[in-house]
Amino acid sequence: MTEDTKFKRRTRTQDTIRQLKKNKTAMVGLAMLLAIFILCIGAPIFAPHGPYDADLDRGSKPGFWSDDCIPGYYLGTDYLGRDLLSRILYGGRVTLSVGFVALGFALIVGTSMGMSAGYFGGKIDSILMRIVDILFAYPALLLALVIAGTLGRGIDKAMLAIGVVYTPQMARVMRGAVLIIKETEYIEAEHAIGSSTSRIIFKHVLPNSLAPIIVYSTLMLATAILDAAALGFLGVGAQSPSPEWGLSLSIARKYLVTGAWWAATFPGVAILLSVISLNLLGDGLRDALDPRLKGGAKL
Amino acid sequence: MKKEWKWMGLLIVAVMVASTLSGCISEKEETPAPTEAPGKYGGTLVFGSSGDAVRLDPADVTDGESIQRMDNIHEGLVQYDGGTTNIKPCLATDWTVSDDKKTITFNLRKGVKFHHDYGEVTADDVVFSFARQYDENNWYHDKGNWSYWGWMFMDIESVEKINDYKVAIHMKNPNSSMMTSLAMFTVCIVSEDAAKDYGEDYFKNPVGTGPFEFVEWVKDDHITLRAFEDYWDGRAYLDKVIFRVITDPSARLMALQTGEIQGMEHVDPSQLAIIEADADLQLISQAGMNVGYVALNCGEGYVDANKNGKWDAGEEVDVPGAFEPFKDVRVRQAIAYAINKESIVRNLYKGAASVATQGQPSSLFGWNADIVGYPYNLEKAKQLLADAGYPDGFKVTMWYMPVSRPYFPTPTEIAEAIQADLAKVGIEVELFTEDWGAYLGDTEEGEHQACMLGWSGDNGDPDNFLNVLYGEDKATVGSAGNVAFKRNEKFQDLLDAALLTFDQAERAAYYEEANVLLTAQCSHVFIAHSNQNLAFLSTVHGYIIHPTSRKFFYPVWLEE
Amino acid sequence: MKEYILKRLAMLVIVLLGVSLITFVLVRAAPGDPAVNLLGQHATAEKIEEIREKYHLNDPIYVQYYIWLKMAVKGDFGRSIESREFVTREIMERVPMTLELSLIAMIIASVIGIIAGIISAVHQYSAADYGVMIGALFGISMPVFWLGLMLMFIFSVKLGITPVGGRLTAGMELERITGMYILDSILTLNGTALVDSIKHLILPSVALATIPMATIARMTRSSMLEVLRQDYIRTERAKGLSERAVVYKHAIKNALIPIVTVIGMNIGLLMGGAVLTETIFSLPGLGKYIADAILAYDYPVVQGFTLIFATVFVLVNLATDILYLYIDPRIKYK
Repeated sequence: MTEDTKFKRRTRTQDTIRQLKKNKTAMVGLAMLLAIFILCIGAPIFAPHGPYDADLDRGSKPGFWSDDCIPGYYLGTDYLGRDLLSRILYGGRVTLSVGFVALGFALIVGTSMGMSAGYFGGKIDSILMRIVDILFAYPALLLALVIAGTLGRGIDKAMLAIGVVYTPQMARVMRGAVLIIKETEYIEAEHAIGSSTSRIIFKHVLPNSLAPIIVYSTLMLATAILDAAALGFLGVGAQSPSPEWGLSLSIARKYLVTGAWWAATFPGVAILLSVISLNLLGDGLRDALDPRLKGGAKL
Repeated sequence: MKKEWKWMGLLIVAVMVASTLSGCISEKEETPAPTEAPGKYGGTLVFGSSGDAVRLDPADVTDGESIQRMDNIHEGLVQYDGGTTNIKPCLATDWTVSDDKKTITFNLRKGVKFHHDYGEVTADDVVFSFARQYDENNWYHDKGNWSYWGWMFMDIESVEKINDYKVAIHMKNPNSSMMTSLAMFTVCIVSEDAAKDYGEDYFKNPVGTGPFEFVEWVKDDHITLRAFEDYWDGRAYLDKVIFRVITDPSARLMALQTGEIQGMEHVDPSQLAIIEADADLQLISQAGMNVGYVALNCGEGYVDANKNGKWDAGEEVDVPGAFEPFKDVRVRQAIAYAINKESIVRNLYKGAASVATQGQPSSLFGWNADIVGYPYNLEKAKQLLADAGYPDGFKVTMWYMPVSRPYFPTPTEIAEAIQADLAKVGIEVELFTEDWGAYLGDTEEGEHQACMLGWSGDNGDPDNFLNVLYGEDKATVGSAGNVAFKRNEKFQDLLDAALLTFDQAERAAYYEEANVLLTAQCSHVFIAHSNQNLAFLSTVHGYIIHPTSRKFFYPVWLEE
Repeated sequence: MKEYILKRLAMLVIVLLGVSLITFVLVRAAPGDPAVNLLGQHATAEKIEEIREKYHLNDPIYVQYYIWLKMAVKGDFGRSIESREFVTREIMERVPMTLELSLIAMIIASVIGIIAGIISAVHQYSAADYGVMIGALFGISMPVFWLGLMLMFIFSVKLGITPVGGRLTAGMELERITGMYILDSILTLNGTALVDSIKHLILPSVALATIPMATIARMTRSSMLEVLRQDYIRTERAKGLSERAVVYKHAIKNALIPIVTVIGMNIGLLMGGAVLTETIFSLPGLGKYIADAILAYDYPVVQGFTLIFATVFVLVNLATDILYLYIDPRIKYK
């Protein structure tokens, strides 16, 4: 039996990878994402300057496209004379990690909620799903704002706030997946041979519901990054002098009119590229992992 | 949140502020002097404000946005003379002060009409406008917060109607600054009949005597005022003034450039060059009556247990944010030397400010020309830190304001610059901010290790800076004005002595000496005195900038 | 059917209680003090205490909740601490603006999204298809606030063809009937105001429409593709119906379900988008108002708004579910 499942799972994974490799959009997304990750994680290596190296007297200077460019400052400098390219590379670490931590929170809490609700059903299901309904009845960004307002400003609080906002979505996806799997014959068979609940959950239900979770996680990560940036923009996310993209954009936006358009443009481009790569990958994964979800609603 | 009006308790015992002020405030006006060709009648001026008004009841506003609208609708017994803080008659034609200096009797101007057919101003309206704030039995008392009465007018015991055109203000003690205070928005005269008609909703239906009357208020969008045809001093030039809310400073400038608005407040320093280069725009600026500083929490707070308003031995308490290294004056001075104030003024204020060497602006008497302050000097800073036993620096949290204020127009950028400067001497600064209301409350509690704050002067008296911001009696944990929590008995003695002095030169000498002590103790690192900047289309004439930042559109007129 | 609706409405009560309780606890656990916020720098301790008393801020939290709930049941959400206006009134004053913005955004999103999605599906793998899909990808990946800024920068600053923000050129006359300026100017036959208000609304609504537009285009495409492959469509084709007739008559109707879902789901998203759009374009709407109220700890406002929004949200979702019944007779609710 164990031999058998192992074998089966391996082929399925391989199958998925093969599917994925054939999917051009997914590969493009993956390549872009990897490039962004490598650049951001390796920021200390790639960044030409420190993200906080300020010199007010070289503030708001344009980049390579202009004759005024200070050599070595390819994308220009921000209002404090910090190198914009370096700040974007370092900022990616912050923005992306907000996305990941928030997603991690939503994954752990949301899938546990969804799984319990779906697997046990009955009262547990109704209680958990009512909580989900309640959380759903808030506009996501405003709920995040209320939570962040309560906890105070800061990147850690923003992570938690976004995590809470994504939890009900994750719970719903998980519950749906579990409900489908629960009805399948092999789970019934496990029940029949007297397997313990935890064994059934961890050996069968969880692995089999991974596909939709992975797909949703990827797409959710994309929106989480947008939300993290939005919170930064509204002033409750990352705090100065963090190079976080949303915050940089928020502070630099007033320089758009006064000529220093680059400081507000490039962090935006960085957000756009990362979210695009995640969406590409997510779409590809969806097609490869779970054809049933093809074209499904994305919240 | 916008609370930039912090009139506070000036219990100046005997200072003729009004008479001493003229000539003390330097003005750099670029508008034509009011004596120039007479203005043209007609036209609408749309003014870009940074936020919406909260209320239009003069006694119940605290924020600059409400005040700038309300100021054009309401008037007080007396008013400022042009761009000064001198007093001239307004709804009162003249006044006499009793021999014991405790009663001021006003003769009211006859025939002054309220807007919207609310009839003539009588002594009853004047009494009502005051009494509703201090008299708990007044029928209107519970309909407002009256925030500023407690700070500015506690010396007033009662206001009495003598006859229809004569009122007397009785005071608990003599207070010669009271006349200046009476030009404040808090004591503008409102129509009691209108208050009766609108009750709690008066603040949305203001009825005053000013040059403009209220027309409409679309929340968060605009407030429209139109010229009051029966204004006692002659109709205003403008037909209408519209205050439009444009919160984003860039959007405000764009709206001005496209001519959607004709004037705007709170010009961002980064926009100065653009405005000056544009022939269609004019910049009106004035050396600001303000100071922005970083307060270093020295932990010498107290709680005024016996409520005498002074620190007495034995009242000391712990200040939560007290920071050990700041107890050493050398550390504080090192920080002052390490912050490149010249660069901040040059690059972040874009030159529209002056580097602060002491705790009050140079436009006020008492400013000491001999003080050089702490010009940027890395070597000296490192040396001082080493002497104090911190050769490798330390870690500290500095609070920065979540909102811009005239003294710190770009608090985030300035905080980041300070952080970068201090990193050069090994001091690792962590930045922190929170909602403005919480920020004010928590800094008064002394929760911060270091914080950025500042002050815009209200009446041009040095006591309005030195006492409220740095006095040892103001180091009260919970309601501190002195958020560095540094007590200095000698400094306080000088201030107290100055308040009892009638001779201005003598007073100035006291303050000059106090400033020396303050700069030496370096509990507050003074950054800058920022200019007050307004921008208008060049077709707008006659605007007179006021040192208190209040805005009056009566003399303004438009070219075709 | 009736039973189903009643059951859903009963659930609404539970959701509303939950929402109000969570909001209540959250906003009151916040560090800020609305009294200090209201009174400003250097307020006297007595004044702060007076305000705290007045708004029951000193009572235990469950007492505060009880007081609030008792009033809320009667439809009275109290007065805003900041402006001292009735919360309901403050909210209603701002609803038309945000509603107008959201409606126009939703119309733009639906019309363009559906057309683009259909074109994309009918001409699968054509250049148009790729164009739409790449556009949609950008659409869902774009930070709304960044897009808004860029639109404003390009069209208002560089090209100068749209106003910078606001709803109407200041001083322009317009009689306000509904509070939705476009509608008002049509009702009062005010041509100048109509053009002016459309000009003001165009950039914000495009910014707000982008994400739903992209989502709708993607959804329409995939559900159209699915439907076009269905047996009965093949039958229709076999019957000799023209391709155009097949697409418009049957396929669109069937593809509508997921689109209705997206629109229903998107009101939360629109509200979030409205916060950002209104902030950037200085629009006096609900989104910005609420965001400000949250940041200023104006409890009654946050409380009242979340409750009203939750009600609308639940009702809209119920409406969409009922709408399915009419679009797709195969769906049955127990």
